[in-house]
Amino acid sequence: MTQAFKLAFRNLGRNKSRSLLSALAVGVGMALLLLMVSVLEGEMTGALQNTIRLQSGHLQIRPESFEEGKISLKWEDLISDPDQVAQQIKSLPQVTVATPRLIASSILTLSDESKGVQVLGIDPDSTANQPFRDGMLAGEFIKADDREGILIGNTLAEKLHLDVNDKVNLLVTTSNGDVNEQLFTIRGIFTTRTPGYDESTIFMPLAKAQAITGTENHASTIFVLLKNSEDAEAVAQALQSNNYKILTWREQNVFITQFEDYANAFFIVLYLIVLGITATVVTNTLVMAVFERTREIGILSAIGMKGRGIMAQFLAEAALLATGGVIGGLIIGGAAVAYFTVYGIYIGDYGLTGVLFEDHIYAHLTLQNTINLAIVTYVITLIASLYPATLAARMEPVEALHGLGD
Amino acid sequence: MEVTRVTNATRTYKIGEVETKALRGVNLSIENGEFTALVGPSGSGKTTLLQLIGLLDQPTTGNVSINGQDATGLNRNQRADLRKNAIGFVFQFFALIPTLTAYENVEMPLLLNGTKPAQRKARVNEMLEAVGLSDRAHHRPDQLSGGQQQRVAVARALATNPKLILADEPTANLDTENGRQVMDIMQRLNKETGVTFVFATHDPRVISYAQRVVTLEDGVIQKDSKANGNHKE
Repeated sequence: MTQAFKLAFRNLGRNKSRSLLSALAVGVGMALLLLMVSVLEGEMTGALQNTIRLQSGHLQIRPESFEEGKISLKWEDLISDPDQVAQQIKSLPQVTVATPRLIASSILTLSDESKGVQVLGIDPDSTANQPFRDGMLAGEFIKADDREGILIGNTLAEKLHLDVNDKVNLLVTTSNGDVNEQLFTIRGIFTTRTPGYDESTIFMPLAKAQAITGTENHASTIFVLLKNSEDAEAVAQALQSNNYKILTWREQNVFITQFEDYANAFFIVLYLIVLGITATVVTNTLVMAVFERTREIGILSAIGMKGRGIMAQFLAEAALLATGGVIGGLIIGGAAVAYFTVYGIYIGDYGLTGVLFEDHIYAHLTLQNTINLAIVTYVITLIASLYPATLAARMEPVEALHGLGD
Repeated sequence: MEVTRVTNATRTYKIGEVETKALRGVNLSIENGEFTALVGPSGSGKTTLLQLIGLLDQPTTGNVSINGQDATGLNRNQRADLRKNAIGFVFQFFALIPTLTAYENVEMPLLLNGTKPAQRKARVNEMLEAVGLSDRAHHRPDQLSGGQQQRVAVARALATNPKLILADEPTANLDTENGRQVMDIMQRLNKETGVTFVFATHDPRVISYAQRVVTLEDGVIQKDSKANGNHKE
């Protein structure tokens, strides 16, 4: 075996440029795969984390009559005395934060323009709203007792040319189906780096939201974050009640999981294309080597090397190419992934209903994915060498030596 | 003792619809220790006969035996084993592996038959010394002259101590002096070790070394005669 690798190493050195280019093809193929896998992983992980952080939480407590996609402000469709419910939930050891939120449909109107938005009544002091506090670009965060202040997203501000301290008119549907109207002052502008969310969401203190919508001491949902997302099902089980629906982050984000499955299937096709091209380069290189070294194969065969020995010779060359390629791929791919992990890829407003994509995709590479890809690349390279190796092994010695006499 | 026997061997090559009969019923027996030349014009079947004896090819009809073992019906691996243990080859072109040094080329058949490292080293050095190339052991083929390369090929052929060495036009690509050196070495080793040499040639100077001359024409043996094997310049 050592001899096979020694000979393989020297044979690869006979045509350094070709061997280097072949290893580079394996390396670039693997680097591309690393990048694709890490971008997909980053996109899906990012979208899920973002959706949990901003929208779904790890758990949501909804009234029994809750229907997905329907925003109702009727009292029977809301949670009454939400602070007390939130306090009870907060007493569970797995829970980090539980806070009530009121969701209402609204139209923001200016003198010459109007825009449909979603008003979110929040408890400004809750740590669940820290992402919005962290994302403040201008002005200041709303206070619980503010009766005229709202926060708007930067995308909405840019589109409507709004700034801090500007006044806007909000038309809000109330619990009895009427429309209430009030002039609000923009206290601050936030960004979640999720353009779709930032364009359509307005925050106001929960008490003010309850007042303007006539929902009094009611909320649409209790937004719950857990210490460990994997505890969601257990906590949901513990909170089971006839009055509420307990929705875990998995149940709320089925679409993301389905989208990930779809994306995975699509990416598998891309992986196969990349690996197919890489395999073709390796096969081509080794087939050329077989034809160039036909006489040597004949000599080795003549002195007693069996077919499997000749096959091992070419497999050893493929293994060396694969090793070089995988190392190169880890270096090239690792550098590319590192860059996109830090700087991300700008995708702008990539809107999908129910999924909150940030405006950048940040690559996220796991050790498991790296190991899997290195093994797949290695194995594919070896498989690609089977044809030329078999071709060499099956050569009849007399044919391989053809031309050595009369 | 008989080293090889060819019985009623024919070899027909078919290229498209055209059949070419390279051998048309050859019978030949080579005894241990012979120094035999296969001679004849180009296309007479010398190389084909050597390839059949060397188990590199199989006869269309008839059979070949090596050291009393009938090679008919042996599969590729069994033929490879028999070649590895019983036969050495010297080809017309200096058939060395270009990426290996002279030492490693000679070592290769010993690696294939599983000789232990210490014995391997001793045998390689012995063989290189026998062909006068101890000082060139770590040179690669492209750093050796044609004559030196062919001497390495002779050393490699003898490394596993086979009973039979087959040489196909061993001096065809050498100048007179190098050709003479190679033939002198082969003749000396034949005398010293008793190894059997069968070589194909049409060079009268090479034929003059032979103790037995088998003449082929159009795929049949026309003449099989004893010779004195006393080469003189």
